[in-house]
Amino acid sequence: MASRLPKLVAIATLGGAFSGLFGVGGGTIIVPLLILWFGYGEREATGTSLLAIIVIAALAAATQGAFGNVHLGTGLLIGIPAMAGVVAGTALQQRIPERAVSGIFAVLLVASAAVLIL
Amino acid sequence: MDALDLTALLAVGFCAGMLGGLVGVGGGVLFVPGMVIFLHYSQLDAQSTSLVAIVLVGLVGAWRQGRYGNLRVRDGLIVGALSPLGVLVGAVVANAVSERALELSFATVQLFFAWRLARRALRSPRTAPSGAANG
Repeated sequence: MASRLPKLVAIATLGGAFSGLFGVGGGTIIVPLLILWFGYGEREATGTSLLAIIVIAALAAATQGAFGNVHLGTGLLIGIPAMAGVVAGTALQQRIPERAVSGIFAVLLVASAAVLIL
Repeated sequence: MDALDLTALLAVGFCAGMLGGLVGVGGGVLFVPGMVIFLHYSQLDAQSTSLVAIVLVGLVGAWRQGRYGNLRVRDGLIVGALSPLGVLVGAVVANAVSERALELSFATVQLFFAWRLARRALRSPRTAPSGAANG
């Protein structure tokens, strides 16, 4: 744990910084670092990232809510079908080769980087 | 909002959740443009509102992955709990560096990760992991 904690602090700092700066991006930092730096398997990395994201997004939602920027009804309207989507996505993930998740993630990262650059 | 926009929004929500479950992100990458395009929200309102949906994605996703045995609770909670540190660091950096430089540096980090993950995906593992049986 002694050597793991500084790495976790670094992942939290980078994930928090990018999600704070760009609104999205916590997961795109956390998942690759858990895989490449901690040696997590893809399924564990994505599951653990989602747990961290609950805390990150809840804190940010509370902050933005205080500024009056959160439309709660809309968030639920788009979030409730998303809950069904997550059940499907996690089920699908258990049925494909683990390394394929890394491949899909690489494509997502290239698309996200392209949006930032353009 | 007419019926078409509502249908589109529900579809965007489902797809974002599916992507989130598959690769472990919150889905903001689809929620935000979805609200900008179909509801004409400002970027700030869309990003802020997407956080509500991201919390729901995280809750269901972590629960499902926990049931599949793919959750390391302590690591996830440590990263989540310490993330406000990163938000502070980000705010300090944002005041020191231009927005364009931030965008380009984040994009560079993402492209580096993409290259490493693509190499990992294309290289077959030397020893078969426990999860490979259904592959």
